[in-house]
Amino acid sequence: MKWPYENRAGETRRMECDVLVLGGGLAGCYTAIAAARKGQRVILVEKGATERSGAAGSGFDHWESACTNPCSRVTPEEVAQAFIDDKDGYFNGISHYIECREGYDRLLDMETFGGKIRDTQDDFAGAAFRDEKNKFLFAYDYTNRFTLRVWGSTFKPALARECRRLGVTVLDRTEATALLLDRTGAAPCGAGAAAMNTRTGEFLILRAKATVLCMSRPARVWLFHSDLVGLSEFRPTQCIGSGHAMGYRAGLEFVMMEKSVRGEFSAAGRSFPPYSAGNNHNTWYAATMVDARGVDIPYVDRDGRVLKTVDERYRPAPGQKFFLKGGTIDEAAYEVRGPETMDAAALLAQGYQLPFYADLSRMPEMERKVIWGLMVGEEGKTKIPVLKALTDRGFDPEKHRLQSYGSGWQSASFLEQERQLFGAPGGLMNDWDLKTNIDGIYAAGDQLFTGDCCGHAAATGYYAGRKAALRAASLEALPACDEEEAAAEQARLLAPLFRSEGMDWRELNAALAKAMQIYCGGVKNDAFLREGLDLLRTYREDYVPQLSCANPHELMRTHEVLDLLDVCELILNACLLRRAGNTALCFARSDSAEVDPPGDRRFLTLKKEGDRMVSGSCPLDYYGDLKSQYEAHNADYLEEVAHEQA
Amino acid sequence: MSKPEYEARVIPCSARPLRFDATKCVGCNRCLEVCQVDVMLPNPQKGAPPLVFYPGECYYCGSCVMACPNPGALSLVHPLMNQTKFIPMKDPAQGG
Repeated sequence: MKWPYENRAGETRRMECDVLVLGGGLAGCYTAIAAARKGQRVILVEKGATERSGAAGSGFDHWESACTNPCSRVTPEEVAQAFIDDKDGYFNGISHYIECREGYDRLLDMETFGGKIRDTQDDFAGAAFRDEKNKFLFAYDYTNRFTLRVWGSTFKPALARECRRLGVTVLDRTEATALLLDRTGAAPCGAGAAAMNTRTGEFLILRAKATVLCMSRPARVWLFHSDLVGLSEFRPTQCIGSGHAMGYRAGLEFVMMEKSVRGEFSAAGRSFPPYSAGNNHNTWYAATMVDARGVDIPYVDRDGRVLKTVDERYRPAPGQKFFLKGGTIDEAAYEVRGPETMDAAALLAQGYQLPFYADLSRMPEMERKVIWGLMVGEEGKTKIPVLKALTDRGFDPEKHRLQSYGSGWQSASFLEQERQLFGAPGGLMNDWDLKTNIDGIYAAGDQLFTGDCCGHAAATGYYAGRKAALRAASLEALPACDEEEAAAEQARLLAPLFRSEGMDWRELNAALAKAMQIYCGGVKNDAFLREGLDLLRTYREDYVPQLSCANPHELMRTHEVLDLLDVCELILNACLLRRAGNTALCFARSDSAEVDPPGDRRFLTLKKEGDRMVSGSCPLDYYGDLKSQYEAHNADYLEEVAHEQA
Repeated sequence: MSKPEYEARVIPCSARPLRFDATKCVGCNRCLEVCQVDVMLPNPQKGAPPLVFYPGECYYCGSCVMACPNPGALSLVHPLMNQTKFIPMKDPAQGG
């Protein structure tokens, strides 16, 4: 069939702005809104369609760490520190403190954009998790009330509308491909980005005074299914870490890229679609679980005390102030460990019989309705593919039990070499302005190291947006754009379109994933890591020049895999840097007997300068005292908020 | 720079994620426009359902169905292997 869109290959469009936002998910939209509110001219570049794009495009069900909401009984300092401690210090104190401090402000923004954050229809009037005055619904810790249940399916369309209302130039179906740098000064600074329209092939040179990276963390690195590509991982097909790749190529500094976890989600492979199997985690917390005989599986608190009521599953243990649950929390540290079903091995030893099931029929009506209908329904990829699909198949939560396939929410057991960047993975290093190591380039959301959760994306996006706006306002002229660099990027981008009968992008992605499983699996050693790098070099030299495609859509996918090639190289190099095993980073070595030596308790950083890898390190608490540092860097924002409240 | 020719070609896969009911679909292309993965192309025949050129890239988010103005015109179906099992409640007397 004839390609239905225009052919603009070889054509170049030039645009200028103050703040350029790369990625139109939650983080990117909030970045654009913050900068536009500061009077800056903003361009937002989105590979998909902003209305529903990003990991939270179809929805999300809970907003973590809204510590400043009027019902909260915890402080931002307490919750941020608890998360840091839970990850043994390998955590982005800055970005998560911003989330704890400003996340609730962004929820209030969302309401003004038209997103639903309150139970305005009184569907849950009288429920234990509802605040009757504010009509907020809370999740997990009903006593301390700092995580809100929200109607996330209403959020992305509202954000896209608000961006347009504020005059943001939204470039949908446009893939950012490279950062442009001004190298005329003493040190390079961000000058914008190159991009490509994924339907026409048009090349764009986007010049800006400040650039904010708001794209996804990498995926499809170890897990790839060439038939059901879109089910390879948890995040959307096109969210594969292009922002990491272009940052790596431009010399941005990364941290914690040696961390990966055993796979949790791959519905093309071992697991089921997230939230569609019986479980009691995250969206499904704290569903009643039963064994094959229909006998209730006990919940226990952190001390092993068996809980007698459903309500107790949502309360801290005696003597415990609060507990943590949510996206990055698997097995929380004792101090903040919440109620959980009894350990599976203990259950089997006591005669409980597999398979287990989620049984919502035995829960109080409000708890059943809020899991099946609100959480499953508003969480990403649940309204149609889970709630509607299972309902259409006849599932009734009052009459049926839903089978569980693994322990916890993962619905499968993966092999140790089947890995993912999940559970607070690595990313870009940042300072208190969410600036990278290159002036004029900022980062938010999943691009930051240990990014996670929608509240984090929104809060860091807005924060980076206002910092980028300040930078843009301080510059009189646009940084210089290197025309030769841009022309070389255009030639690189279009090359696969000029070849025929070459290699398909899937073949290279499959080869990369297999290589990563072999050379960078569950246990690392230098010999294998170096072999892996050598193999990638041959892929780059011998096979990348063979890639071919027939249209701009296939070209977009081809460049995703080329970005993955860079990401794999980054990960292998980061693994080489860490010399001993590290429990918190899920990092094991077969060529070192040492695990967690005290001298290694540091962040190891990595950046590319030309063809050379430059490494560094810094203390885990490099960000200093959270509260005082935040306040020192945000006097302007604190004044604005105080003014609004007055 | 010379211009390469573009060609649209279906890349088949083992599943059929999106199913249109041509009697209900009015070909408004709302589904196509909200799809962040861009798995569909507009049908050359005006008013007819979009064409699913890249079914294997679908990530099963359901945004297309949410955007569809005509209920039943478009449905999303997970691959058979991903349809989780559920069972009826047992007799309470037996512990269920």
